[in-house]
Amino acid sequence: MPSLWEYANPQKFMQTSSVLLPVFSVVAAICLGVGLVWGFFLTPEAENFGSTVKIIYIHVPAAMMAINAWVMMLVTSLIWLVRRHHVSALAARAAAPIGMTMTLIALITGAIWGEPMWGTYWVWDPRLTSFMILFLFYLGYIALWEAIENPDAAADLTSVLCIVGSVFALLSRYAVNFWSQGLHQGASLSLDKKENVADVFYIPLLFCIAGFVCLFVALVLLRTRTEIRARRVRAMLARERMA
Amino acid sequence: MIALLQRDLRLAIRAGGGFGLGLAFFLIVVVLVPFGVGSDSGLLAAIAPGILWVGALLACLLSLDRIFALDHEDGSLDLLATAPIPLEGVVAMKAAAHWVTTGLPLTLAAPGLGLLLNLPAAGYGWLAASLALGTPALSMIGSFGAALTVGLKRGGLLLSLLVLPLYVPTLIFGAEAVARGIDGRETGTPLLMLTAITLASMALLPFAAAAAIRINLR
Repeated sequence: MPSLWEYANPQKFMQTSSVLLPVFSVVAAICLGVGLVWGFFLTPEAENFGSTVKIIYIHVPAAMMAINAWVMMLVTSLIWLVRRHHVSALAARAAAPIGMTMTLIALITGAIWGEPMWGTYWVWDPRLTSFMILFLFYLGYIALWEAIENPDAAADLTSVLCIVGSVFALLSRYAVNFWSQGLHQGASLSLDKKENVADVFYIPLLFCIAGFVCLFVALVLLRTRTEIRARRVRAMLARERMA
Repeated sequence: MIALLQRDLRLAIRAGGGFGLGLAFFLIVVVLVPFGVGSDSGLLAAIAPGILWVGALLACLLSLDRIFALDHEDGSLDLLATAPIPLEGVVAMKAAAHWVTTGLPLTLAAPGLGLLLNLPAAGYGWLAASLALGTPALSMIGSFGAALTVGLKRGGLLLSLLVLPLYVPTLIFGAEAVARGIDGRETGTPLLMLTAITLASMALLPFAAAAAIRINLR
């Protein structure tokens, strides 16, 4: 069993990810294709929601990935701080814009869904508000990466920010809960309780979630590879100047 | 460490600007709000707790980049980093000095400004209490943000982007405590949460901020 830390070697990472990237891309495309087509065209309209319920196939997976991307960044940041694992820091950097986009997708599809359901595009509901705050955290994180020139210092500082930000993101999540009671329905998916979503909608939703997870992995791999290549180019240019 | 605190306080008071600036900004925010929302006193009373808290937050933000930037420019931050006292202690003292020069005056001035916003009588005590409990957290979180951006040339705008999301829980519990105090509901929970945030940030953030400074000085 090879150690996970082998992938600290960018060469090894590039080799492995060049195999994994097409696999994840294809699986993502298949899952999303199946899930979205099934969800949009082959499910009945829900009695109290009408056809707007179908936005769930984008909204819910995007919202899940928005949070999971931050968790992934937290883990990779910790690995960077402890093991000085360069690929890990680059993966965190690569994941941030994807997470931000997922947050934005969740916010926008939520607004589109909210208008016919709640009669308003935006309310200061706890979940909406905490997602907005998550979006701001992503913005700050990306801005800090962009602002610092020295790549190692940038990786260190953004890692510290990510850890502190996680604590405050969690705190905000419960703080806004406390501050106002909103319109959002309770969690519709859970592992231990009976599902609140009827089976007809549930199975395509699972496909969509799997598709989003694979899409996220594929995009992170792709962007990390780009970051590694960009860094190699920079190293080559530096060497050229030295010569 | 006490000497450092005294030095920072003297610098803030004598070197002009730093001390009164936050307070003047707070006053201006409070004066501007009625122009924006209209001078209906009922409406003002309803939004007063939130406005006062947001004003305090912005006033605090305004002076954050002074915490480490000036010392970084003239090199005294390097000296402090190599001084026999731990950098965590330096950060804590810097944050304390920031609180004494902005948070404390804001807390003392807020009831007077509450008068301008027609804050209901029941709110004054809670406003002062929540600001007294919450502003140390603002200073501490702010000095973490300032430590992150200390090496940057124009870190001011980035600093506000980084720090404001971190201020959210403090703001929510602070304004909630005042609003509940006015309605006569129990205020124990938000005040306890506010205290918890303040104590936790005083306990943990000096380490994060000191780590950030070490990285920036490297």
